[in-house]
Amino acid sequence: MGLDIEANKKLVEDILEAYPDKAKKDRKKHFQINTEETKESCSCSLKSNIKSRPGVMTPRGCSYAGSKGVVWGPIKDMVHISHGPVGCGQYSWGTRRNYANGTLGIDNFTAMQITSDFQETDIVFGGDKKLEIICREIKEMFPLAKGISVQSECPVGLIGDDIEAVSKKMAKELEMPVVPVRCEGFRGVSQSLGHHIANDAIRDFVMGKADLAETGPYDVNIIGDYNIGGDAWASRILLEEMGLRVIAQWSGDGTLNELEIAHKAKMNLIHCHRSMNYMVTHMEQAYGIPWMEYNFFGPSKTYESLRAIAAKFDATIQENCEKVIAKYKPQMDAIIGKYRPRLEGKKVMLLIGGLRSRHTIGAYEDLGMEIVATGYEFAHKDDYERTFPEMKEGSIIMDDPTAYELEELAQKLNIDLMGSGVKEKYVYHKMGIPFRQMHSWDYSGPYHGFDGFKIFAKDMDMTVNNPVWNLIDKKEKVQTEGASV
Amino acid sequence: MSKERLNIPDYNTLFTEERYVQQRENKKQFEAPCSDQEKAEALAYSKSAEYMEKNFERKAVVINPHKACQPLGSVMAALGFEKTLPFVHGSQGCNSYFRSHLSRHFKEPTPAVSSSMTEDAAVFGGMSNMIDGLQNAVALYKPEMVAVCTTCMAEVIGDDLTAFIGNARQKGAIAEDFPVTYANTPSFIGSHITGYDAMIKNILNQLFDRSGLTAAPGTGEEGEKLNVLLGFEPYTGNFAEIRKILNAFDTKYTILGDHSGNYDSPATGEYEYYYGGTKLADVPKAANALGSLVLQKYTLKKTQEYISGTWKQQVSSLSTPLGVKATDKLLAAISELTGLPVPASLTEERGRVVDAYADSHPYLHGKRVALAGDPDLLLGLIGFCLEVGMEPVHILCSNGDVEFDGKKWKEEVEALLATSPYGSEATVYVGKDLWHLRSLLLNDPVDLAIGSSHVKFAAKDAGVPLVRVGFPIFDRHHMHRNPIIGYQGALNLLTLIVNIVLDQLDNNESGFGDLVR
Repeated sequence: MGLDIEANKKLVEDILEAYPDKAKKDRKKHFQINTEETKESCSCSLKSNIKSRPGVMTPRGCSYAGSKGVVWGPIKDMVHISHGPVGCGQYSWGTRRNYANGTLGIDNFTAMQITSDFQETDIVFGGDKKLEIICREIKEMFPLAKGISVQSECPVGLIGDDIEAVSKKMAKELEMPVVPVRCEGFRGVSQSLGHHIANDAIRDFVMGKADLAETGPYDVNIIGDYNIGGDAWASRILLEEMGLRVIAQWSGDGTLNELEIAHKAKMNLIHCHRSMNYMVTHMEQAYGIPWMEYNFFGPSKTYESLRAIAAKFDATIQENCEKVIAKYKPQMDAIIGKYRPRLEGKKVMLLIGGLRSRHTIGAYEDLGMEIVATGYEFAHKDDYERTFPEMKEGSIIMDDPTAYELEELAQKLNIDLMGSGVKEKYVYHKMGIPFRQMHSWDYSGPYHGFDGFKIFAKDMDMTVNNPVWNLIDKKEKVQTEGASV
Repeated sequence: MSKERLNIPDYNTLFTEERYVQQRENKKQFEAPCSDQEKAEALAYSKSAEYMEKNFERKAVVINPHKACQPLGSVMAALGFEKTLPFVHGSQGCNSYFRSHLSRHFKEPTPAVSSSMTEDAAVFGGMSNMIDGLQNAVALYKPEMVAVCTTCMAEVIGDDLTAFIGNARQKGAIAEDFPVTYANTPSFIGSHITGYDAMIKNILNQLFDRSGLTAAPGTGEEGEKLNVLLGFEPYTGNFAEIRKILNAFDTKYTILGDHSGNYDSPATGEYEYYYGGTKLADVPKAANALGSLVLQKYTLKKTQEYISGTWKQQVSSLSTPLGVKATDKLLAAISELTGLPVPASLTEERGRVVDAYADSHPYLHGKRVALAGDPDLLLGLIGFCLEVGMEPVHILCSNGDVEFDGKKWKEEVEALLATSPYGSEATVYVGKDLWHLRSLLLNDPVDLAIGSSHVKFAAKDAGVPLVRVGFPIFDRHHMHRNPIIGYQGALNLLTLIVNIVLDQLDNNESGFGDLVR
């Protein structure tokens, strides 16, 4: 059963009325209601990956967040310098919960904030000299660090520091990779350009630099899993049980060596297409490594993905795949048996980063929940093309929605659950709408794979059905006429 | 359905299962890890005196600093005023970070907008972003004031806020009489407390100038009122406590910069963006108040200069009043400013707290403590430690601003330590970070560490329990709701600390099983 297309079109139009004309015209281009046609053709007129309107509460971050916070930061045996003033590093410190095995400060530097703490003199005279000293001091303080990345913050690019030259010099002197990453926050319109810049730096400075002693027919890479709450581990365990050999994990719990040997894999398996598609397409061109996107959220999508992955390999893997599915299916059925009756028909709205806004849909649907609106902070056209077929007719698909738009939609669609980030979370608590943080799994997780789905299901039930919501007298702004859902 | 099948382990338990332990071991063949011996040696070395020496010699790299940047403080300052929308001029990522960071501490929303400057603004300046931004923000979020602060980007390219805001008015993006206050807050100067000060000072200054009033302390209807400024205050409970104290005195007052409403708002089914805050009309009138009471004198440096200079008011400056003696001083300051006696109810409360101190002293006496935090908080904490017989050993302040390092703060800390034999073991480290603290904790062990959530890594490495006090506290809930200032705050701090000590006793108990303590 679909949702009311016309009613939702009108709903969006009404909400946008609050804007001044210029902003209204712009914001209108960022909404689309799914129809039979868009669902099938995947064609969309929806605008994405363009600048946010000034003065609105955009959920977006910046390039630095995309590079340091997402791509480089989780590589555990390198030291990532937040190069510039103190803030950026401080705010991104440990917040994405990229789990990594190792000893913090000894052979694992993920949950640390290492910064050049720019002062006014560094802005006036440049920070290059300081960067040299920092690299030497890092070698001294962290003798087991395998390399350094320099994540540049806004001022570094604006004052014209030559971090490339310093990095080159220090790489030679310290005999390890020192990678300059030009991810200043003002570049691009969101985190997305930061992912691209970070990928390019991996390509240019580390890819293909090491060898793998022994290769095999089942060697694969996990690409675009940041191991939030242990996601990549819960995914890897399935691939390995199926008989594949994961030789590199990018970049959650990842190491420099894994980046350097990844070109030896037979297949790239990519989870977050948005943040690392640059990498797999490059590896396909440069090394002839085929790639495929997979989705390990919820059992339906996980079965589908496991089979699709197995289909790329031989009968042994395919048989193993069925064994793995047979092993976990009873557990998954039991989870669904318990939680589906409690969650059936609940309406969900999502606003997440670049893949989960569509990837998690299947997991909600496995629990009988319905996605009535979904959107991305920093997706591109190809993400939206992948989204339309996943959504019901009449559902709302939105790009870079502002806090105001989301709050209005949440109330008027009378949703039962909102999934977004920490900036949004407490607003929904005031409104009496159950909320899960879907960037960091709300300090829970993992949510990937079969082990992850158990926690996902438990968390959604806990959130939607907690009695606390009964204590709030919800003043619902539900549509009166032609209720859309 | 058996219970076993629906056993859902959390992440801590899940990854200790044998299959995940094996996965971890297996993954190592691709990690090119260092040998176990190398790791053991590096770990031992990192705990050594030799390493500590090198650690303290480093000049450039900063590892785990205990400070944030200026505009974060400005956002908090702006939220202390009625229906005021913080507007961050610069790249939008900064604003997202401020909103997330503050929300993680308070578990509350942080409404704030950005002018979303990108590459073209880097070349041409951010004026059109400012104009469009102000128009959109006012239309959408209906504030009664916008408070603009800058990020690094706007500062490096030299955007002129005065001109931009003027042009926004000229172009009709905002009404002529709509108040837009602003402060320059580059992140490469000072820290969150400097940014707090800059914005508070400018809001007072700019709203006063707009009003056309003349400062005349002690006159008119405001003439019997006291201005109270708490500073960069991570405890909403402290606002309630200061109100309680002032109400007990039966004095009139205006809190200048009260973000407690915004960071402690009710769940009612509706979200309103703005809760509480100092009334805008009260700000210029505050120039006629009797005097001003400042509870974070190092944080509010410029603001105090403004109040005593332009408003010509008597300013009574304290550091965060933690503990009995500091609260005594606070009450004396209120008495002096208002001419009112200390109310009996507070004297009685003091007695109860001293009684509690006496009851707990066996577990606190001689406990060696490491402290990390902002300048005013640290002064308060040191005072508290000294009066209950705890011994501050390592005192670390990352906010290496010249104002503090330029001896004044350090001298005051050392003078305070010198007032008590319990202060004789202490060393003060200005401009040092939490990786320095780790070396200190490992090489000169203490019983307790007191500081923010960021201190947990150093404390854990050293096996020292952490008492969470300050900002940010991400990993515990609702601590900011309980006051730590005033006599009640002293009791709260005491309870928090002594019970961590008692937990430790229980955890380490060797089987005798003491029931009563």
